[in-house]
Amino acid sequence: MDESTRREFLALAGGAAMLAVTLRPAEATPATMAAAIRNVTGGEPVKTGKVKLDVPPLVENGNTVPMTVSVASPMAPEDHVRSIHVFNEKNPQPNIGNFYLSPHAGRAQVSTRIRLADSQKVVAIAKLSDGTFWSASVDVIVTLAACTEDVI
Amino acid sequence: MPSALINVPAKAKRGDIIEIKTLMSHIMETGYRHTASGDSVPRDIITSFVCRFNGNEIFRADLFPAIAANPFFSFFTTVTESGKFEFEWVGDKGFSESASASITVE
Repeated sequence: MDESTRREFLALAGGAAMLAVTLRPAEATPATMAAAIRNVTGGEPVKTGKVKLDVPPLVENGNTVPMTVSVASPMAPEDHVRSIHVFNEKNPQPNIGNFYLSPHAGRAQVSTRIRLADSQKVVAIAKLSDGTFWSASVDVIVTLAACTEDVI
Repeated sequence: MPSALINVPAKAKRGDIIEIKTLMSHIMETGYRHTASGDSVPRDIITSFVCRFNGNEIFRADLFPAIAANPFFSFFTTVTESGKFEFEWVGDKGFSESASASITVE
C-alpha cells in the first residue's frame, strides 16, 4: 500500500468513525432542546424572570427528582399563566412535561417528580395570557442516572 | 391494579385557594431501556392527565417519559362553589383511569 492510498484509507476510516458517532442512539442535546422550545414559543423571545424552578441542585437518584415550578402572576382573567413547559438537555427526549393552567388556579404553581438521565440543565418556560414567554433554568448534578439503564 | 391517590380538602371557604395532589400508580416505562438479552422494552407511559371541576377543565398535563414512575402532581385552584373534581389519566396500551373527589364550599 503506497502512502497516498493509506492516507485516503485513514481519511475514510475517520469519516466512518465520525458517522458512527453521529448515529449513536438519540439523545436530547442543547440543540434539540432549543428546537423543542421553539415548538412551544413559535420563535417568540423568551425573557428570564417571573418563573421559579425548584429542583435540588444535587440529585442522588435521577429516577425520581422532585420539581416545583411557580410563576409570579396575579392569576386574574386578564393576566394569568396559560401554560408551563419544562425541558431538559440530556435525557433521550427534550420534553419533560407541559402543564396547562386555568385563570381560576389562584396560584401558578405545579409540582411533580421527574427523571434525569444525566447532570444537565433543566429549563421551565411559562406562557402568559398576554402572549409573552418567561423562563428559569437550573443546573442539576445527578449521581445515579435514570431512564436508560438496563432491566435486570 | 392501577390505583389513584387523591388529596383534596373536604371543606373550604368560598374564594379559598386549595391545593390538589394526585398520584396514579403506573410503571412509566420510558421505551429507552433494554433487557439483558438486548431487546428494547416498549414504551408504556401515561400521556395525559386532566382535572375537571363540575365539568370545566381546571388543569391539564402532557406527560413524557421524563415523568417519574407513579406520576404525582400538585396544583392549585380557587373554589367558589361546592362540587366534584374529576381526574382522568390516559396512556399507552389503552390505559385509562379516572377518579373523583367532592368538596363542600361554605
